[in-house]
Amino acid sequence: MLPVPTFDAEDWAAVGLTVRLATVTTLLLLLLGTPLAWWLARSRSRLAALVGTLVTLPLVLPPSVLGFYLLLMLAPQGPLGQFVHELGGEAMPFTFSGLVAGSMVYSLPFVVQPLRTALAGLGERPFEVAATLRATPLDRFFSVALPSARQGVLNATVLGFAHTVGEFGVVLMIGGNIPGRTQVLSLRIYEHVEAMEYAQAGWLAGGMLAFSFVVLLLLHARGKPALAG
Amino acid sequence: MWVNGACNGIAVRVARALTGPGSGAVEGCAGRSGTGRSRVWLGGLLWLVAGMAYGDSLKVAVAANFTAPMQKIAAIFEQQTGQHLTLVFGGTGKFYAQIRNGAPFDVLLAADQATAEKLVQQGLAQPDSRFVYATGRLVLWSAMPRRVDAAGNVLRSGDWQHLALANPQLAPYGAAAMQVLDHMGLTAALQPKLVRGEDIGQTWQFVASGNADLGFVAYSQVLRDGKPLPGSLWLVPANWYAPIRQEAVVLAAGKNNPAAGQLMRLLRSDAIRALIRSYGYGT
Repeated sequence: MLPVPTFDAEDWAAVGLTVRLATVTTLLLLLLGTPLAWWLARSRSRLAALVGTLVTLPLVLPPSVLGFYLLLMLAPQGPLGQFVHELGGEAMPFTFSGLVAGSMVYSLPFVVQPLRTALAGLGERPFEVAATLRATPLDRFFSVALPSARQGVLNATVLGFAHTVGEFGVVLMIGGNIPGRTQVLSLRIYEHVEAMEYAQAGWLAGGMLAFSFVVLLLLHARGKPALAG
Repeated sequence: MWVNGACNGIAVRVARALTGPGSGAVEGCAGRSGTGRSRVWLGGLLWLVAGMAYGDSLKVAVAANFTAPMQKIAAIFEQQTGQHLTLVFGGTGKFYAQIRNGAPFDVLLAADQATAEKLVQQGLAQPDSRFVYATGRLVLWSAMPRRVDAAGNVLRSGDWQHLALANPQLAPYGAAAMQVLDHMGLTAALQPKLVRGEDIGQTWQFVASGNADLGFVAYSQVLRDGKPLPGSLWLVPANWYAPIRQEAVVLAAGKNNPAAGQLMRLLRSDAIRALIRSYGYGT
């Protein structure tokens, strides 16, 4: 058993930052991902196949590839960097907003995929019935689709949050490892390991493990692990 | 054809090493008794384990700042000795932790003296093998021309967003950069603008990609064939930080490997010392 170390302000800042990053990322992804998943689930166009592929890409690409492209895109001379600058925003690399942008790309499939599966599983029938009851398309989405797909929404929320908490490679490449601002928990643990502060690393890593286990256990206990099927 | 090739290749040598000569594992090759298909499978399987057999080359952990010169030195070493070098580049602090935990490196080219000293004290390195192969210089560098002035006053101007440096806790060049900021009385004022690379290699890349306006990197990283890269730089006065004496040391794993001694001798030779100096180091 590792001795209980004293956690310093930077450790706690990393915990707080990680929770904040995962929360903001998940909320934004639900907001953008739900209409996207709705369209992907119902459209049969070639464009949908193309977009569906793009959405799945972060699942298979190594974080170093994502981080590399993000770094080039977000740089002040990069296309996204220029765009943000013209909108009057501050440069994104090494900032919290940059981490959010990177995390949204990284966790996108983990939010969109469960939503899409759940929405596609509803079939046409409920919507035809709703239409005969004169529900508008918007009504059909909010009163029929979302409530019926709530298990998918829950899965998407939990997986998006947990996956963002577990992020490492992308934030290492675009974050700059600034304590309190871009040093998330996974980076803090890495730094402790490299500095051979194994007591701190061990306790923080153990906390991470326990958190991830409990989250996944809750999902499985509900009977529908989103990634298993 | 492919099967025959596999029969003569590394896979078979691995199989013989693992199972002894004449064993069943390579009969498909020796006696041509197996069917073609099973030989293909066998070849594939052996190819999977073949990676484990490349254990005889010299493995050298190299501080990231020494990447460019070491690649040239390795080419010369391989030409002269016919032996292969496996180079791993990274932060000195990280290598220290890895070696403490049994990393199979034969030689360490560190970015400081303290690491080699600690490894010797712990019995993980050869005491008599330590020597300073290079003395590093710190520069303030920007990828933009005219950004950095010849006296480093840009640091006081505050007219920029991010200053990159290597993690001071893990990288000697990062520690030197903090000493420079201390010397200039700027540590507290610039704290919110500091971004930290994992090692000096990542720090360089933050600046080169333009994501950080400025950065403290190794002089060797911004010199190509003796000329500075595009951008602007300030060679920080050497007495503003503790000398970055970079030590090479033979590790416990390399004790009985003659190639380790050969590499150490090569690093001491006049030709190589001249090459090292051409990257801005002192020797």
